[in-house]
Amino acid sequence: MAATPGDNRLDHCIQCGTCGGSCPSGAEMDHTPRRLFALIRAGERDAVLASNAPWYCVSCYYCTVRCPQDIRITDLMYTLKSMAIEAGLFHDASLPDFSETFVDYVEKYGRSFELGLATRFNLRHHPIGLAGMAPLGLGMLKRGRMDLLPQRIDNLAQLTAILDKAKALESPS
Amino acid sequence: MKALFYPGCAMQKNARPYLDSLQAIREDIGLELREVEDWNCCGATEYMSVYRVAAHALVGRNLALAQDQAGDTRVLAAGCSACYLNLAKTDARMGEDAHLKATVNEALAAGGLEYRPGSLEVRHLLDLVCHDIGYEAVKARVVKPLHGLKVAAYYGCQVVRPDYDGRWDDHEHPTAMDKLLAVLGAEPVDWALKTQCCGGHMSVIGPEVAYGLIRRLVHGAQQAGADLVVTLCPMCQLNLDAYQVEMNRHFHSDYRMPVLYFTQLMGLAFGKPAKALGIGKEFVSAAPALARIQAEAPKVAETKRKRRPKPGDALPMPGME
Ligand code: SF4
Ligand code: SF4
Repeated sequence: MAATPGDNRLDHCIQCGTCGGSCPSGAEMDHTPRRLFALIRAGERDAVLASNAPWYCVSCYYCTVRCPQDIRITDLMYTLKSMAIEAGLFHDASLPDFSETFVDYVEKYGRSFELGLATRFNLRHHPIGLAGMAPLGLGMLKRGRMDLLPQRIDNLAQLTAILDKAKALESPS
Repeated sequence: MKALFYPGCAMQKNARPYLDSLQAIREDIGLELREVEDWNCCGATEYMSVYRVAAHALVGRNLALAQDQAGDTRVLAAGCSACYLNLAKTDARMGEDAHLKATVNEALAAGGLEYRPGSLEVRHLLDLVCHDIGYEAVKARVVKPLHGLKVAAYYGCQVVRPDYDGRWDDHEHPTAMDKLLAVLGAEPVDWALKTQCCGGHMSVIGPEVAYGLIRRLVHGAQQAGADLVVTLCPMCQLNLDAYQVEMNRHFHSDYRMPVLYFTQLMGLAFGKPAKALGIGKEFVSAAPALARIQAEAPKVAETKRKRRPKPGDALPMPGME
């Protein structure tokens, strides 16, 4: 966890539960943020990395501004997600896959691409849901609110060079 | 005032009405925006979930480009909550963590770039309008006050939290947008959910969770008596508007709460035609709500079917409407 850029205050957690109580996704999480931090301190690495909590985090930052110990909880959730992807322990592949599909588009074009993202993600994980979501997609097209093709930045080579280098420097966790 | 502008992916397309309405009101409030050339996606909340350092490098390229193109301003403005927070976060983290700064700059060097944290001031558009341009200057441009329109100012999460630079009066109950809407002549309603989550990416990866959050917000706005919700973020607009339709399907409910951008309401109050402001591209039509303020326009949307007088009906009384 020391690998979270700019944050390692987890050992200051007093287990007060403010984070879980503030969390809009708390009811859906198998472990609330507070429990997750207790598990981390207990060394339950696999239980932590298999938890759905980081994936259900919506990055609302309520916990972060309310935590009496100034722990950057939301950022820790991001760290846990990237660690979980590396460890491959999470049971439902669809959640990490959304992030990875998003990353793919950004790396290929320099921009995100809603239509491609939604279609590729739903095709792979919710082929039935895709049909259900079709009216929404059509509605977006009709209102001129969706592109049929992705946009590409001019200097993609520069972006690629930067990201490749950054990944090589990514600290091993 | 002058500022560099980072539009972000959503504003190019799904939030086009946000961009169009911003363009329409820009001159009225003396806001000179210059788009950062060849900017890339900020990574939203997804890139950071996969790569930590590279996520900062991705944003770092935008910051470095903006810094090099800055010229006579150091303000970098964004309209999307996620874009704004990502730019602000990378700037703040590079500033406080020398190791991260060195690593990100080593990556940026592979593209011939370097970013000096603190050299830009990252701001959200609403912050610029309320705190720099100011309520007085906005008020001076109002020609068609939005009297009679009840609005729920909705801030969402990432503009007011974590708020690295302390720009807002409160992280959970901010008032800047409420004040702006009041200056436009509208009536901001008092409601407790103004900074609750719109569902974020859960609308795609876990719709049931998102539908619950969306219903809570739409219901809360309705309970508070709002005619419409006013937002400052493309993601919030998309979730509350387009996914409101899906949410209704899911719960067999029939909410019809329109969701517009604050820039669209500014445009209306400045007397711009609705079409130039991208109004009409929302999924839940704002027309019935806006009919209330188009006092002099024919009230097409409001003509009620004439009721056949029933026996026992009293004589029509003047002024009962
Ligand atoms: S709010 Fe902070 S101190 Fe309290 S349980 Fe959560 S992380 Fe620990
Ligand atoms: S940032 Fe994530 S973990 Fe924290 S309260 Fe919001 S959803 Fe829950």
